[in-house]
This record gives sequence, C-alpha cells and structure tokens, in this order.
Amino acid sequence: MNAFRGFVLKEFYHILRDRRTLVILFGMPVIQLVLFGFAIRNEVNDVRVLLVDPSGDYVTQAIKSEVLASPYFEGVGHQTREIGIERTFQKGRAKEAIIFEPDFAHRLAHEGVARVQVLTDASDPNTANTILAYTTSILQDYRRRLASGPPGGVRIVPEVRMRYNPELKSVFLFVPGLIALILMLVCALMTSITITREKETGTMEVLLVSPLKPAQIIVGKVIPYLVISLAIVSVILTLARAVFQVPMRGSLTLLMLECLLFIACALSLGILISTRSRTQQTAMMVSLSGLLLPTVILSGFIFPVSSMPVPLQMVSHIVPAKWFLIIVRGLMIKGVSFADIWQETLVLAGMTLFFLAVSVRNFNDRLA
Amino acid sequence: MAIIEVNRLTRAFGDFIAVKEVTFSVERGEIFGFLGANGAGKTTCIRMLIGLLAPTSGEARVAGFDVYTQPEQIKRNIGYMSQRFSLYEDLTVRENIRFYGGIYGLSNRAIKEKTAELLEELGLTGVRDERIRSLPLGWRQKLAFSVAILHDPEIVFLDEPTGGVDPIIRRQFWDLIYEASAQGVTVFVTTHYMDEAEYCDRVSIMVDGRIEAIGPPGELKRKFGVDTMNEVFLRLARGGAETAAETAAQGGGG
Amino acid sequence: MRTILFLLQKEFLQIFRNRAMLPIIFVMPLIQLLVLSFAATFEVKNTTVSLIDEDGSTTSRRLVEHFEASGYFTVVHRTFSTAEADAAMQRGDVRMILHIPPDFERDLRLTGTAPVQLILDAQDGAAAGVVQAYAARILTAYSRDVRVDFVVPPPDPVAQPVIDVVFSHWYNPDLNYQFYMVPGILVLLVTMIGTFLSSMNVVREKEIGTIEQLNVTPIRKRDFIIGKLVPFWILALVELSAGLVVAKVVFHVPMLGNLWLVYGLTGVYLVGMLGLGLWISTITETQQQAMFISWFIMVVFILMSGLFTPIESMPGWAQKLTLLNPIAYFIEIMRRVLLKGAGFWDVQAQFWALVTFAVILVTLAVRQYHKVSA
Repeated sequence: MNAFRGFVLKEFYHILRDRRTLVILFGMPVIQLVLFGFAIRNEVNDVRVLLVDPSGDYVTQAIKSEVLASPYFEGVGHQTREIGIERTFQKGRAKEAIIFEPDFAHRLAHEGVARVQVLTDASDPNTANTILAYTTSILQDYRRRLASGPPGGVRIVPEVRMRYNPELKSVFLFVPGLIALILMLVCALMTSITITREKETGTMEVLLVSPLKPAQIIVGKVIPYLVISLAIVSVILTLARAVFQVPMRGSLTLLMLECLLFIACALSLGILISTRSRTQQTAMMVSLSGLLLPTVILSGFIFPVSSMPVPLQMVSHIVPAKWFLIIVRGLMIKGVSFADIWQETLVLAGMTLFFLAVSVRNFNDRLA
Repeated sequence: MAIIEVNRLTRAFGDFIAVKEVTFSVERGEIFGFLGANGAGKTTCIRMLIGLLAPTSGEARVAGFDVYTQPEQIKRNIGYMSQRFSLYEDLTVRENIRFYGGIYGLSNRAIKEKTAELLEELGLTGVRDERIRSLPLGWRQKLAFSVAILHDPEIVFLDEPTGGVDPIIRRQFWDLIYEASAQGVTVFVTTHYMDEAEYCDRVSIMVDGRIEAIGPPGELKRKFGVDTMNEVFLRLARGGAETAAETAAQGGGG
Repeated sequence: MRTILFLLQKEFLQIFRNRAMLPIIFVMPLIQLLVLSFAATFEVKNTTVSLIDEDGSTTSRRLVEHFEASGYFTVVHRTFSTAEADAAMQRGDVRMILHIPPDFERDLRLTGTAPVQLILDAQDGAAAGVVQAYAARILTAYSRDVRVDFVVPPPDPVAQPVIDVVFSHWYNPDLNYQFYMVPGILVLLVTMIGTFLSSMNVVREKEIGTIEQLNVTPIRKRDFIIGKLVPFWILALVELSAGLVVAKVVFHVPMLGNLWLVYGLTGVYLVGMLGLGLWISTITETQQQAMFISWFIMVVFILMSGLFTPIESMPGWAQKLTLLNPIAYFIEIMRRVLLKGAGFWDVQAQFWALVTFAVILVTLAVRQYHKVSA
C-alpha cells in the first residue's frame, strides 16, 4: 500500500512539473468560458446596410432614420441611384441594401402602395434571413402607425416566453458542453498519452516487474487526472456561477456524481486507447479524432443534434458526451430531478461498464 | 600545429559549473580519448567544441576556427556522432547516406561513389534498402560512424559511440576508427569504457568538470604505478583532485 | 539551394512512410469536411411541440395545421393541462409549448386580434430565437390567409397604405447554409493540417535526437526552415484541392471567383500558419506540449474567426482582437471569392494582412530556431 501511495505521488509530481501543460489545462476552459460569455454572440447586430433613396422625401427620411436608430443596423452609405451594389457586397462593405422606389411618399399617399426592394448578401444565409425579418418588421410598424381608421386584417399576437434562459445567453448552452469537452480532454487524451509514453520509453516494463499489481499501476496513473479534472470542473462551475450567472437549479451533489460517472467513462476510454496504440502520436491522433471531435460536433455542444441528417443522429447515440450533456443541462439549467434523467444515466453507466470490460481484457492480453 | 586548442574553457548552467577552465590541445592525426565518469562534463565540453553550445568563458579553436565567431566554418570541417542515435530510423540505409551527403554539399556522383564504397566496406550492400529501424544496433552504429566521416572532415567527434553494444562489435568499431585515423582524420572520442582508453594515442581524464590527467595511456599508467587505465581512472575518481595530485607526485618521485 | 532539395526529399520520404499518419493526413480531413458540413448548422428543424388547444375551433385547428405544414414543427404531445405540457418540456420531450387560449376564434372575429402563447425551451438561446422567428412568420402568414374567411371590411387603400417589400437573397437565393459553411470548413482543414503537422515536426526531431546531427552540419537556418515548411505547404494545397472537389461535387457550392486567386491567397496564408507551427515547434520540448499549445491557439482562433458566429455581433473589443487573427481574414477571403466572385482588388486589404502575418511568423520561427544553444 505504501508503494502504491509513493507511485501516485510520483505521478502527481510528473504532472505538476510540466507547467506549460498545466497552465493550458486550466487556462483553456477559463478562456473559452470568457469567449463564450463575452465575445461570441449568435444574435445578429450592427449589420452594415446600404440605403438607396432616389426620392428623398419625408416618408423615406423617416423610415431611414428608424432603420439607422435600431441596434440591428449600421448605415455604411447613402446613395440616390441603384449602382455599385454588387461591388459593395463583394468588398464586404455591406450585407444589405434597402432600395426605395422613386416618388415614394407620393405613391404611398395617392396610390396606397409603395415599393421597397431589399437585397441581402445571402452568402451568410442566417444573417440574411434575420435582417430581412428585421427590415420587414420596421417597415410594417411604420406603415401601421401611418394608417388611420380600423385595421383591415386580423392579427394573431404571439406571447412568447423563453423558459430556462429568458435573456437567451449563449453561456447557458456552452458551459455544460465545456465541462464535457474538458473532461474528455483531461481524462481520455491525457491518460492515453501518459500510459502510452511509459510503454514507448520502456518504463512500463519496469513498473510491471515491481511489486505493484497491474491494476494498481493503472489506477495510480489515473488518480491524478481524476483529481485534476474534478478541480477543473469546480473552476468552471464557480466561474459560470459568479461571472455569468449560469444557474444551478438542480442538485449539486447529483451533478458531481454524474460528473464522476462521465469521468469514469472517459478514463476507461483513455485506457482502452492506450492498450491499443504503440506510440504517443497514434494515441494523440486517435483521441483527437475519435473522441474530441465527436464531443464537439456530434454531442449537441454547439449544433443541435435534432437538426442533423438522420445518419449523423444515429452516430451521435454512441457519443457518451451526448448523454452527459442532456444530464448536465437538465440539472443545471432546467432543474430536473433524477426521475427525469435516469435513462440517460443508465446509458452512460452501461457504456462505462462496456469500455471498462474491454480495456481490462485488452490490458491483460497486451500489457501484463 | 594543434588542430584543437582549448584554453581555460568554461561553461556554467546557472550556479552549476559543468566545465571548469579546461585547457588542452589535440594534435593533427591523433586519436584523442576524452574520458570521464557520467556527468563529469564530457558531453558539455564536446558540444562547445562542435558549435552546439556557446561557452561561458575561455577560448577554443577547432580546425583553426574560433568557436565563438566561426561555428559554421567549424561545422564544414568536422563530423559528429552523438550518443543519441543520429540516423533516421524510418529511412533506408541508402536514403540516410544520400541525405547526409546532400546536406554536406557532396555532388551526386560523389554521393553515388561513396555510397557504393561504404556499403561494400561495411558489408551492408545486402540491406541497403532496409530501414534503419530493422537493423541490429551494432550495424547502425558502424553506419552512423561512416556517415559522420562521409564528407572527409578533418576531425571527427564521437560522443560515447559504443554505448550498449557487445565487445565484438566494439572491437570492429575501433577497426573503423583506426582506418579513418590512418587516412589522416583526427579522432576525438569520449567513452567511459576504460579498456577503450588503451586504444587511444593520448587520453585526458575529466573529473567534476576539470581535466585531472592528460597523456599517452602508457605514461599515465606508469605515473600512477598501475597496470590498467581502469585503475588510473579509479584512483582519480575515488580520491578526488588532491589525492590524485599527491599520487601523481609520488609516482613521479619514485 | 541544393541542400533544400535534399531536405525536401527526406521530409517527403518520412511523411509517406508513416503508415499510421497517412490516413490521418489524407482521409480524416475529408471525413471532417463531410461530417462538419452536414452537422454544423444553426438551422433548426423538427422542433417538437406540445399542443394545448383550449379553443378547439376550426380556426385553431387550421393554425396548428399551418405549423405542421411548415416542416419546422411536429406536434408530438397533446394535452389540456399546462402542468403536463411543462413536465414534457422538463423531460426534454418537447422544445415548444403552443398554447391556444379558449375563445381564440371568437376574439379574432370580434376584435380582429387574439393572442397565442409560445413557450420555448431557451437553453440554446440562439436556436430559440430562430424558432421564434419561424413561428412569427407562420402566424403572420396565417393572419393574412384567415382574413379571407372572415367578414371584415376590405381595407381602404388610402387610409390603409401598403408598403410592398420585395426581396431577393443574392449569391444564395435558397439560403443554403452549407454554401456558407463549406468554404469556412475548408479553411479549417487546411489550417489544422498545416499547423498541427508542422508544429510536431521539429520537436519530433528534438525528441529522437536527430536535430543535433543536423545542427552540426553546415546547413543554413534559412534552408532548414524552408525545407521544413515546403512539404506541408504542398500537402495543405493538395488537401485544399481535394476539399474543393468535394465542395463542388457533394455540396454544389458555387465557385464564382477565380480559382487561381484562391490558390494564390491560400499559398500566402499557409506560409504564415506553417511559420506559426514551426515557431511552436521550436519553443517546445515534447510533441505533447507542441500539440497542446497548437490546440489551444487553434481553438481560440477558430472561435474568434467568424466561422460559426458573425464577427459583427461581437462586442467592440472582441472585434478589434479579430484583427490579429489570420484565420478570420482567410475565412472572409474564401467566402467572398468563392461565393461572391470577389476579385483581387476586393480582398487586397485582407491579402496584405496575410502577407504581414506570414513575414512576422516566419521571421519568428527562423529567429527562434538556434543551432547553438545559449
């Protein structure tokens, strides 16, 4: 037992001595959290718009000033003729052009109809779609105020409530994903590399002939990473709470237990990879492409799984992070109880057992 | 004229002084053994002479060039084989020879001739298209040496060239060294095998960053009144500087 | 000059001989391109809905039909109890609750307006915003349709003026999201291959010890860096070509601009990114460190590049930071040239920025690489 404690301590020293890696391990989640919290926004703001107004009357002036006053738009130019729009788009100087027809006020007053042409640079379709909606709603609001007498049509008024995240903050979405990503990175990638390195440098054989049992060696290698990853999770949770007001609506104890389960899953994946790869480079590349990328892309971290093509949705079922994300989001943001997430927990536990069994078998075959 | 001249050469890493005011010279054409225990400062010293490490103070000239100001000229005139394996394991024998010949500026024809000659001499013609990884250690080491003198340098520096190989291969390796020496190449070799010291024209023994003894092996053995270089070394290493000097003085008096 | 040729030959031999890495270099990026382009979408399809229709009239049923016919919404749960609907959302079974109050039809007939309640699961705020926009559009369209059935006075054209909005979406009339993403993802692939491979290259020679042997040869620092840079430069351009073929054949991405311009700009960009990789390689001791540092820099650069989220939406300080991000410039260039047919003069500002990066990063790498340790 004493030998085991010494071994675990040695592993800790190894990790603590590599300052650069340690700084990155703790710095990466913090910086990502700050970026997601402060810098990265999904909503569309300050879109550069080009106004083309041949008539320049009181109506178009009023509409233009409303467009420019809204937070969504930023005027980049004003011209009276419809020329050079293609160039403006190609140079990226504007993403939208609003073109009024000549004699705008006159037509509106006498014929009751005036035409506005809206051109968008739809190379970015999301922005194009959104700014078209903004523009239309500004124009319609103006029209409604212009109208006298009873409205001609019917209006269904949507009362919208944004549940769980009324301010639509993107941090709410990203914090759980970040936890999953970091746990994968530390537990699976780091463990697989460190065990492979012992194999590559031949020190694994020295350890195997020592009085330590093979299982103890693996557990000893894994414990420091377990401690570090729990520390990182705490840092992320504290920051998310203190700086970004991400709620913790469910049980914190349950969340920590679920994190432990996911850590166990990631660690067993890391061990599995290390029993199969000969060099650090292979272990690294397999972890990166087999574990980290799916965790980023197919788990629902950034992109909603339900919008993906069916084959990709099927693949996402075997990504552990997908299940973990449902659990963490449920616990933190929605405040669910265990009754709502027991199925996901069961899936995760099943996966962990499976990976663990496979890696133990591999380990006995290949290492011992 | 000496081909290597070293005067009070010193190298410090922070507070630790790895090489302390070392002074010696090596004559053209000789086989010079640079001995010492692990960590005595041999590798640090050799790295300064071949322009991989800047000295802290002192002077050194190699092949007539100054180590501070003319490291690139030095590199044209020396060969080097390090204790860490220096050939590319994922390239074949022929590809390695071609690569090193190329970056030393040998013409294509010279490379071709040298390759054939060298493969013949080492008996590696049959495995010339094998990757280095698949060759036994002894073969690789002999090949690494031949590659290090491919461009006909004036001096070749060998840092622990025979680490980890069996006595038969070591003997064969020394045959290669003698052959190179016979063609006029100066050989500067570090080792901690004391039997190898007997093969050198002259040796120096380094203890804790200083050169404690220098001279032909026979002379040193007489001086210390012992039969083998191993005993010379043990005296110096065990006794430390003062006892060693004492013994030397007694040996000289008796 | 001849020295460089020997170095190049050696690097290529090593790259092609590494059986474990070859598939990672050549197959992985294409799989990533395919998977990412299909997966990376902020379109929100198949929103699951819990319906509470307390009105139960023809009008309310028609409204629900409109929702379902749009293709964005699927009613998977019907109930009359708000508590049940809430529980369904809590379990994650539904993403939206559509609550039509009693007397919906009557109110609409009598007063011309009636409310409906939309409760959205806003954990993913952006997606919730998109769903809300879809729903609003459906409601507006339905209001217009339903007018015909109701006895309402026809609008007086002068008292009720109409502003007719005609729109056209240029470059991408069908709003195909993949057109937008694919050029950006191509940038990602080229960057990853270039930076990761080059950052691990020199440090690998350090780890196995061959760097010492190179350092005692009379090889010039400049030749050394060029010899290390060119192989990955060529590889990345080959990747780009393969990627462009996939973009054309699989995703039908329009390529309006001049492809030579694309290659020229990529060439300049790559010099900078490879310089970055080599610089990382010269300051690190192990491949593990090199990989972590490149990964870290990549993640920050990519998140701040405008690949997934528009740069204009960032706060001012963050927008200024993107001026230091080569990936941001290059994504902008690729999108403009490929999708909008921009020519050299339209992207020259970005071009000069890339040239500056290339000069700075390569200089850093050359200066950081020492044949003599101090």
